[in-house]
Amino acid sequence: MIEAVGLTKRYGDKTAVYNLSFQVRPGSVTGFLGPNGSGKSTTMRMILGLDNPTSGQVTIGGHPYRRLPNAPRQVGALLDAKAVHGGRSARNHLLSLAQLSGIPARRVDEVLGVVGLQDVAKKRSKGFSLGMGQRLGIAAALLGDPQVLLFDEPVNGLDPEGILWVRNLMKALAAEGRTVFVSSHLMSEMALTADHLIVIGRGQLLADMSVTDFISANSADFARVRTPDTEPQLREKLGAALTGAGGHVLPEQDGALRVTGLPLPRISDLAHEAGVRLWELSPHQASLEEAYMRMTQGAVDYRSTSDQKAGLQQPLPPGAEPPVPVPGQGQPGWYAPPPPQQGGQPFAMPAGGPGAPAGPYGGAPAGAYGAPGAPAGPGAPAVNPYAQPAPQAPAAPPAPATAPAATPDASSPAADTNQPEDAR
Amino acid sequence: MSTHQPPMPQAPGAPDRQAAPGGSYPGYTSPIPVVRTHLGHALASEWTKIRSVRSTIWTLSVFVFLVVGIGLLVGALVSAHASESSLSGTNPLSFGFFGVLVGTMCVITLGVLTTASEYGTGMIRTTMTACPSRGRVLAAKAIVFFAVAFVVSLVSVGFVAMVQSSMLSGSGVESPSGADWFKATVGVSLYIALLGLLALLVGSMIRHSAGGITIMIGLVLAPLVLALFMATESLHSVRDFLFEYSFPSQLSVFYDNTLSGSGPQGWDPLWIMLGLTAAAGVGAYALLRNRDV
Repeated sequence: MIEAVGLTKRYGDKTAVYNLSFQVRPGSVTGFLGPNGSGKSTTMRMILGLDNPTSGQVTIGGHPYRRLPNAPRQVGALLDAKAVHGGRSARNHLLSLAQLSGIPARRVDEVLGVVGLQDVAKKRSKGFSLGMGQRLGIAAALLGDPQVLLFDEPVNGLDPEGILWVRNLMKALAAEGRTVFVSSHLMSEMALTADHLIVIGRGQLLADMSVTDFISANSADFARVRTPDTEPQLREKLGAALTGAGGHVLPEQDGALRVTGLPLPRISDLAHEAGVRLWELSPHQASLEEAYMRMTQGAVDYRSTSDQKAGLQQPLPPGAEPPVPVPGQGQPGWYAPPPPQQGGQPFAMPAGGPGAPAGPYGGAPAGAYGAPGAPAGPGAPAVNPYAQPAPQAPAAPPAPATAPAATPDASSPAADTNQPEDAR
Repeated sequence: MSTHQPPMPQAPGAPDRQAAPGGSYPGYTSPIPVVRTHLGHALASEWTKIRSVRSTIWTLSVFVFLVVGIGLLVGALVSAHASESSLSGTNPLSFGFFGVLVGTMCVITLGVLTTASEYGTGMIRTTMTACPSRGRVLAAKAIVFFAVAFVVSLVSVGFVAMVQSSMLSGSGVESPSGADWFKATVGVSLYIALLGLLALLVGSMIRHSAGGITIMIGLVLAPLVLALFMATESLHSVRDFLFEYSFPSQLSVFYDNTLSGSGPQGWDPLWIMLGLTAAAGVGAYALLRNRDV
């Protein structure tokens, strides 16, 4: 059992971890989530006694790590895969650790087999790929057959087979009654692996609950409604009707509507009253990723500072609206970065043609990174730096700007119909 | 990554998620016997570490090459060009000095690398996780390194001393006493190993290989080089002090050929070095204990 009480760590005037209290219990996999720079690794290092807390304390089985008897036999850790002298062979690296911990040397060959590195045991770890490095780090963590295991981003660089292996390994270790504490960025992975979640943001605790509780507490469940693609006006009509009935409507980029605040039967009734045919009406249960995105974004909003969004989002210009979903803006979602396929093509301004300087996030619509006011032409450049080149490009060759407004062919999403008009 | 993708496999895969927090502390007991670790374990570990990297092999090979090569070269040159009279009263062991002086650079490098490379690679975090008793790790490193450096020095310095004295034995040099032999082999080796140990401790304090090596080489060479350019009379005393107490001239005390007649004599350099190393050891331990790794 790992127990942190009021754990705080400051580096100079920067507070990496502030007043963090949590417990990690044996018998389950506890996921440790947080955005980059939120203090996950610092917390892990403090658990292992590598960094001294500025205040508060963290104990394992009741003892601070540095006073823990037989520490390497009670706790195993993978902190970062490359914390290895590259000039030493995998086997010698593990052997030195085994000798340091009083573990018999034959255990080294055992764990090398467990992680599948037996064939490269004599090779210098300098030449290892990231995935092999991870395996070596996991081998080091398993070496002492400890009852508490810490893994910092264990699946980084692993192939799908390795990811599956790590997932099963974590579960198996927890099932044996061990305490397993895993940090990760991969929400889908955490949803499959973890039983319990500890979420931190900006060094403070945001949540400490089971995965299902977490998802329902940060519920992002919604209904997906799709009207006939061929008749965009039906979509507008239904949107207005649903909004009028108190629902919250957000268009998705493929033309569907994301509705929250109304039960499914009510949506159907409203559509019927409005005379709108539906092609799809489906419940959508939020994923862990979405719940997480909502939660961490909310936390960041509490603490608005000039660099808010912690590298995830462009700072808003003064006076810009916070990213409240607004219907009809072609926004893909309000709590997640735009999907990769959005980049450039279908949404980019057509003006630039082949040499379009439009950034990876395309033109004005700017995805979730921009404020919702983005498509309002002149507003766009100020909002999203990625979008800046795009409005300039049409200025230079004005002629093609209108021409390729070869606007939405039938298959193009309805939301896009107004984009080219904005462009020019 | 996308939010609009088809619903993800939900499955919070937690059949026993509610049961887990309630449990007391069932724990897990490893079948592998638990051993109470001590310095011996750390020594074995450090021995594995130092012998399993190529930098050790390389620096020590170069050290042996320099000490033996330069020693034999000097011995051959002296015996070829010297006349009976010019060598009378000379200690034949003193010609080993040149090779050893150049060779110290290798020992310094290895000393710094032994500690600093763990910081450079991040290995130190793995080590300190496996052994939270930081003083034990530092002590083990110091002991293993000192033993390796001393043995390698003793073998190569002793070999050179024997060869040189036999090369020059017919040319009128005085035959060194047992005490002379002891000082020029064991004494010199202890001094070199201590200098390397000082480098190891500096590496532990600086935590950066290149920085540590630069500092140590500067420490060894700078006083002597500075003193060479202090021609002014007013700096006379400073110059003499630098000459007498610079590392190379202290090393030469073991061969009885000092730059000046005064200054440390006999075994004094070893005690001075011992004091310096002890001070560095205290500093390195204090820093290691309190700093974040």
